[in-house]
Amino acid sequence: MVEKGIGARVLRKEDQRFITGRGRYTDDINQHGQAHAVFLRSPHAHARIRGIDTSAAEAMPGVLAVLTGEDVKADGLGNLVCGWLVKSKDGSPMHMGPHPLLAQEKARYVGDRVAVIVAETLEQAHDAAEAVVVDYEELGPVVALERAHDAGSLVHDEIASNLAYDWELGDKAAVDAAFGRAAHVTRIDLVNNRLVPNAIEPRAAIGHYDPGMDHYTLHVTSQNPHVHRLVMSAFVGVAPEHKLRVVAPDVGGGFGSKIFIYGEECVVLWASKKVRGRPVKWTADRSEAFLSDAHGRDHISHAELALDQDGSFLAMRVNTKANLGAYMSTFSSCIPTYLYGTLLAGQYKTPAIYCDVQAYYTNTAPVDAYRGAGRPEASFLIETLVDQAAGELGMDPAELRRKNFVPKTAFPYQTPVALTYDTGDYEATLDEALRLVDWKGFAARKAESQRRGRLRGIGLSCYIEACGLAPSQVVGSLGAGVGLWESAKVRFSHTGKVQALTGTHSHGQGHETTFAQLVSEKLGIPYEDVEVIHGDTEKTPVGMGTYGSRSLAVGGEALAKACDKLVEKGKKIAAHLLEASEADIEFKDGNFTVAGTDRSKSMGEVVFTAYVPHNYPAGLEPGMEESAFFDPPNFTYPAGTYVCELEIDPATGTTEILRFVAVDDFGNVINPMIVEGQVHGGLAQGIGQALLEGAVYDESGQLLTGSYMDYTMPRADDVPSFEVVTAAGTASHANSLGVKGCGEAGAIGAPAAVINAITNAIGRRVEMPATPEKVWRALQNTQTPQAAE
Amino acid sequence: MKVSMSVNGKQVSGEAEPRTLLVEFLRYELGLTGTHVGCDTSQCGACVVHVNGSSVKSCTMLAVQAEGAQVTTIEGMAQGDELHPLQAAFREHHGLQCGFCTPGMIMSAADLLKTNPSPSEHEVREWLEGNICRCTGYHNIVKAILAAADTMRGAARAAE
Ligand code: FES
Ligand code: FES
Repeated sequence: MVEKGIGARVLRKEDQRFITGRGRYTDDINQHGQAHAVFLRSPHAHARIRGIDTSAAEAMPGVLAVLTGEDVKADGLGNLVCGWLVKSKDGSPMHMGPHPLLAQEKARYVGDRVAVIVAETLEQAHDAAEAVVVDYEELGPVVALERAHDAGSLVHDEIASNLAYDWELGDKAAVDAAFGRAAHVTRIDLVNNRLVPNAIEPRAAIGHYDPGMDHYTLHVTSQNPHVHRLVMSAFVGVAPEHKLRVVAPDVGGGFGSKIFIYGEECVVLWASKKVRGRPVKWTADRSEAFLSDAHGRDHISHAELALDQDGSFLAMRVNTKANLGAYMSTFSSCIPTYLYGTLLAGQYKTPAIYCDVQAYYTNTAPVDAYRGAGRPEASFLIETLVDQAAGELGMDPAELRRKNFVPKTAFPYQTPVALTYDTGDYEATLDEALRLVDWKGFAARKAESQRRGRLRGIGLSCYIEACGLAPSQVVGSLGAGVGLWESAKVRFSHTGKVQALTGTHSHGQGHETTFAQLVSEKLGIPYEDVEVIHGDTEKTPVGMGTYGSRSLAVGGEALAKACDKLVEKGKKIAAHLLEASEADIEFKDGNFTVAGTDRSKSMGEVVFTAYVPHNYPAGLEPGMEESAFFDPPNFTYPAGTYVCELEIDPATGTTEILRFVAVDDFGNVINPMIVEGQVHGGLAQGIGQALLEGAVYDESGQLLTGSYMDYTMPRADDVPSFEVVTAAGTASHANSLGVKGCGEAGAIGAPAAVINAITNAIGRRVEMPATPEKVWRALQNTQTPQAAE
Repeated sequence: MKVSMSVNGKQVSGEAEPRTLLVEFLRYELGLTGTHVGCDTSQCGACVVHVNGSSVKSCTMLAVQAEGAQVTTIEGMAQGDELHPLQAAFREHHGLQCGFCTPGMIMSAADLLKTNPSPSEHEVREWLEGNICRCTGYHNIVKAILAAADTMRGAARAAE
């Protein structure tokens, strides 16, 4: 047995550099001869650009170049693309408005890139940016999602009603028929509030064109450097793929916002060529990040649940309006569709579900995946709807859920919304959560709070998600423009040390540790002998990157398969050395043994032989290095139950979370410490969405919540210590490791638990974020004014 | 203009404009990139260093204001190979994920433990008001700080 293998609580390899201040993030890198870029951004939400006068700026000290959309056009660069084609109900393809690197003709949101200024120093670039004169003709902005269809203005002149697509999923006739038979119908209208991802490291990029080699290098804050390379070469055309190296060094959090290919990184690479090969660096300040990082969520939904007289779910009907912002970002189209509508069955055996989604353009920042991406919206909708149904029927919300769970004997379970759940045991996670929180003892605790003048509430959320984003054939049939496999390479050196290369990227998830544990276990070698390499397209094999909790379930499995190949090869070598038949060789704990004997060769001896093949099997290639690709047969389906218990001060409307219990089924777990940490972080983001966070634009399209002074991030004293259990796992069938993925669960499951607890405490539901003001107003039984939404 | 100060026990001097922030001086002039910048409104705490023994947001101070001061950054916390108890506790308790907020968290917590060697969980959480972490949900950061406080009290007792 290796000591720090699968299942061990191993401390992280990556921590040494971070705790000593020796991490290497993009902005920490400075290159010889580096120039600095500043983007001039539109101050208007919607404006025609009648002209840009760059002459004064160009004449300023230190300025190397001022480039605009006209230069982009003149150089024939392509647009940014959304890589997922969604079709409308009538079969027509979605309408994708052009998304240029720098605005052409129109600026479409406050923060839209209008020009870039490259100068010797950052200060000079800032000063010159102020000297660029842009002649804007302000146009009517499209801001409110609910009025986007008839806002009297078009974000993209050629796209009618600002409607990108009108998508549907499910059997509408069966759903309508079931509603006709229902004994009870529960209806809900809800908002899923718009969020700003806010990784604490702002986005940054350094582009460098080497004229001698005719080669391009981009350092960028990316969750998926290979996807950057692909899009920038195949669609934007800024550099050919074989001459473009993309490096994502240490990255300070992503949460989805660093998946996307943004204009800024394309521009600095192109600009480097324009300034004859000087490296060009850009780092966003936080204000820019608020304006220009892709935001998340932003749905308005109406949902209905049909139940029979016993409380069994008969059907569900959902209509959602989704905000896409001004342009379709890289993955934006699939978030409110294939990562949302397909999850609407939740943990329940609801036989018929229909959902339709209208996605609109508005003059706001693009909206795309943010931790959970579509699945938090689905989970929040289902779990508040089910809770409301329980309230209307006078049933215990836990028992109404239990009654409708997909039973553990029903797996694999085909939902009415396309997915097939592989494994799960929803009662087990529910029961464990109820036991931990002492669900039955709640009434006594509530009474005790009441004596202190506090309103106590408890709320449940039984979430499910689809993770391990892959099945290429499945995603392809749903419109994905790429395959979503993952790749790995595992390479022994002469001395028996291992480099494990992965196409995924770690920006906080701890892959350097988890993957080393995995490889150590598979190859029977010490954990310390494994070095995980990622984040550089010229070191790592091809890859698709990290999002959708896919790194372990897809990328980890690719590593496991490469290890299996090494073991198979090792058996051939060992059989030769031991003069035995290959079929008789068993591999265990790092030793190749002739079955039933004590004759064996260690992995180290076999590896040495592979590199010094003096005595070697005929016809076998020397070396011990194997690659593998993995494309799973299905998604994985992590699920669990979250319970939030809180107290509200009726005098101020302030909510204090007293306990938060999270019981998750992530299948098998490689490093419980890291998994728990992922849950903690997700929970804080979910609680942030429920209580604190919300991006607000005013009527003219100005972002009112454009800094940490205005956008409420969860701070240490806003969240409790969490009670997290990940033990009750049912192994996934989608990979040999039996793992499911854990990165997004907290953010998916938490919001409904918090909101249901507030509803439980005060007797009515308030929209997220449930700020003290909204809660207080709800308690006064007055309406919250629209502006506070 | 020329600015001189002691950084991590070493006398240094470098060029700074009047508008250069201390964090910019540390990062770009001295190459001490462990101190990070996460915002432009003095809110996130990624930039916390010690100036004359107290925690300071180095994005909120001009380099020239630190003329002659004793500055400690995250790079100066370990004694050779021996980690500061807070550094060790952050690793031991998984108090970091992406690591971007970590230097500021550690520097801020070090100041807390100096003034309050045995803080309650509540006091730790309140103290961290000025430090934002997007990754950890604070759970393990708080745990790490409480554990480091324990270790440091033990060490102080042993030294008595
Ligand atoms: S960078 Fe100093 S507080 Fe954010
Ligand atoms: S560890 Fe990533 S922001 Fe704190």
